[in-house]
Amino acid sequence: MADISEYPETLRDVMEMFENIDEHGRAEILLDYSSQFHEVPSYIAQRPFPEDHRVQRCESEAYVFTEPNPNGGINFYFAVENPQGVSAKALAAILQESLMGANAATIKAVPHDIVFRLFGKRISMGKGEGLLGMVSLLKYFAELTEKEQKSE
Amino acid sequence: MSNSGYAHPDALVDTDWVAQHLSDPEVRIVESNEDPLLYASGHIPGAIQIDWVTDLNDQIRRDYLDRKSFETLMSKHGISNNTKVVFYGDKNNWWACYAFWVFQLFGHTNAAIMNGGRLKWVEEQRPVTKEVPHYAASTYQAQERSDYKVRAFRDQVLGHVNAHLPLIDVRSPGEFKGELTHMPDYPQEGALRAGHIPGAKSIPWSKAAQSDGTFKSPEDLKGLYEQDNGFSPSQNIVTYCRIGERSAHTWFVLTYLLGYPNVRNYDGSWTEWGNSVGVPIEK
Repeated sequence: MADISEYPETLRDVMEMFENIDEHGRAEILLDYSSQFHEVPSYIAQRPFPEDHRVQRCESEAYVFTEPNPNGGINFYFAVENPQGVSAKALAAILQESLMGANAATIKAVPHDIVFRLFGKRISMGKGEGLLGMVSLLKYFAELTEKEQKSE
Repeated sequence: MSNSGYAHPDALVDTDWVAQHLSDPEVRIVESNEDPLLYASGHIPGAIQIDWVTDLNDQIRRDYLDRKSFETLMSKHGISNNTKVVFYGDKNNWWACYAFWVFQLFGHTNAAIMNGGRLKWVEEQRPVTKEVPHYAASTYQAQERSDYKVRAFRDQVLGHVNAHLPLIDVRSPGEFKGELTHMPDYPQEGALRAGHIPGAKSIPWSKAAQSDGTFKSPEDLKGLYEQDNGFSPSQNIVTYCRIGERSAHTWFVLTYLLGYPNVRNYDGSWTEWGNSVGVPIEK
């Protein structure tokens, strides 16, 4: 497991909140985050969402979108098409709260074990694959967007 | 759709039936999910949650709970030997079928699956609640866990392979072909080797389900397993996947919907087979 200090600074508070938490408390916080989820704005993307933005192996049918931020960072958004995709929505809301506008290097520095730390070790491989896929695709698009910014 | 064409129609109930039995003291509705958040986000009124990790598995060994623990679990939820237990859950009832299967290890035959699972209930805009019910403790006497009839162990599967008996691999085609072993940081459900058990036929679990999560009709299921893939009720069949949950879905279909009397679920599945030394693997 990565040490909390390896996480981007803006994510550390939320990661610490999940340290030594019981399952009831974990569910309460994650459900609260999922209720804060905001779908990708229509000026960024509209249905049908493009396949190349779809998270592979995510059965919640999640999509990831990015745009350059005027301050040089990356803004990013998610769509979650599965009405039962509460975990995907919770992860999206946590990432947005903590990393919106960050630069690509910061987004790419998010350790893979974020899914374990947030959702606990009870999570199945299938579920974990989808959630981690959201993080991986976000990193990919963040890097792509930053490259495009630099080339302009 | 009527359940009448299925081999054991009592093992399948629809959402209307559940809606009519929410307050039935002889019925206990049980939600079993892959996603640990879903029950807490809202569930069928009166439904309890049985978790596949924390409730059904031994917390030290890789095995299921024993008779005493099962009795304690039943008692805690007010389930008696005569209670009809109806399972439902996410992911097309994978974990509902898995929990149903574990209950059969202890001989709780008065059990059913709610066709279409959690998604169908929610999409029909039926009531859900966050209130967790508490039932008066019951007295429950379970049989010793019976591992021989519906459960297969690795060495039995090896014998099965050597005898050229049929197996069904219900994983995705990519897993069957050996393109995927595990994901980064999730080694506990991964495997060192990829591929499939020799002789297994690939019939992904999802082929038995319709787009709304309900099971296909008896005719369509017979078409899938018998006409398309050559299986028959007289065969001794082993189903497997990665950890035994998706194959519990197919085990349920073959045993209860098509009436095959001799189907076992290999719960060790690929996480055992793909990590075992010396067992044969095909790609």
